[in-house]
Amino acid sequence: MAVEIQKVKSFIARYKNEKKALISILQDIQAEYNYLPQETLRAVAECLNIPLIDIIGVATFYRTFSLKPRGKHLITVCSGTACHVRGGLKILNEFEKKLNIKAGETTKDRQFTLETVACLGCCAIGPVVVADNNYHAQTSIRAVDSILKKYRKRKK
Amino acid sequence: MITLAVDNQEITVKEGTTLLKASEKLGIEIPTLCYHEGLLPYGACRLCVVEIFKEKENRMVAACSFPVEEGMKVVTSSDRVLKRRRMIVEFLLSRCPDVKTIKDLADRMGIKKPRFKSKNLDCILCGLCVRVCNEIAGIGAIGFVSRGKKLKVDTPFHMASDVCIGCGACSSVCPTDAIEMELDAVKRFLELLGSEHKCRYALMGLISYKVCSNNYECWKCKIDQRIRDALGTHPIFAAKKIKKEKVNQYFSFLKKIQE
Repeated sequence: MAVEIQKVKSFIARYKNEKKALISILQDIQAEYNYLPQETLRAVAECLNIPLIDIIGVATFYRTFSLKPRGKHLITVCSGTACHVRGGLKILNEFEKKLNIKAGETTKDRQFTLETVACLGCCAIGPVVVADNNYHAQTSIRAVDSILKKYRKRKK
Repeated sequence: MITLAVDNQEITVKEGTTLLKASEKLGIEIPTLCYHEGLLPYGACRLCVVEIFKEKENRMVAACSFPVEEGMKVVTSSDRVLKRRRMIVEFLLSRCPDVKTIKDLADRMGIKKPRFKSKNLDCILCGLCVRVCNEIAGIGAIGFVSRGKKLKVDTPFHMASDVCIGCGACSSVCPTDAIEMELDAVKRFLELLGSEHKCRYALMGLISYKVCSNNYECWKCKIDQRIRDALGTHPIFAAKKIKKEKVNQYFSFLKKIQE
């Protein structure tokens, strides 16, 4: 997907070029492109009159934002204490093996991005896997395949 | 005017003075790493920690950023203070075991080997370089990137910055010599037309306009030598002073949190 600076500028105009709307603007860009392309950040810096490095500081501080292209589907495996005790790590390893990538990476066909999270706040239903904002409770290694299958199907 | 006691010595200072400045006036030395006269207090290294007593209150604060209060008693070298300072230096030493500044500090406090795993880094994340670039030079070529244990000082996208003027203030203020002067900025200037070769001092706002005739080899330049001799510090501190409003804003903000 080509980056259209004009489009980004319209996002910024929606917030009346106000500096305080930086995170909202970045969220809009992230929703559009699934990551924050370099050119868009430069455009934001120019329009809001903020040093580019400050925007990068914000973009790298929050996990929601990614400077690298993400896959179509985002799979987040919880590795918080409660999920870890219940075998969250094994599930993560299984995902890594099945997708042939490490945590934090994206598959070559740009379908899946695998990430970990420290805690989702729903430890009672752990180990938790979140795929595209759908929570999968009490997952096991056996569930990994079915989760992946579900999202592979959706792309067709 | 506010009267307070630092290590049992009374002193009267203006409102808004920090504890560090007040004790400096009395000749009491407090070690610092992230403090610089020309910059706003930041309170990153916590090495300037002191103990304050006020009525029933007793707590530890960072002297570099804490404003004086009426009737306050400050202790700069109690056992509690020294213990905490030693702890901080031990952490710093485990982070950067090869840095001279930190090693000297550790020597003075009697720390031989830190108990923690060594990291072998240079940067202590005091933020001096970031602040000098932002507050004084007003450029913002470098900044903090990422967070937590991955936090580091970097340029945008880890590439040569487009806005850097190559003033070298960042490397001159660094207490641990972690940040090195990159000549990428100069390279960028050299690609421009000859008439666009603006002197670095002009870019800093020290002199009105001058075209560099030495291909940015400042050690050949008379102006560079003269300015350096006259100032004694990095020229950028003479170029632009932080706006007074900004300082006032900072202290009114401090007051608000205290209330």
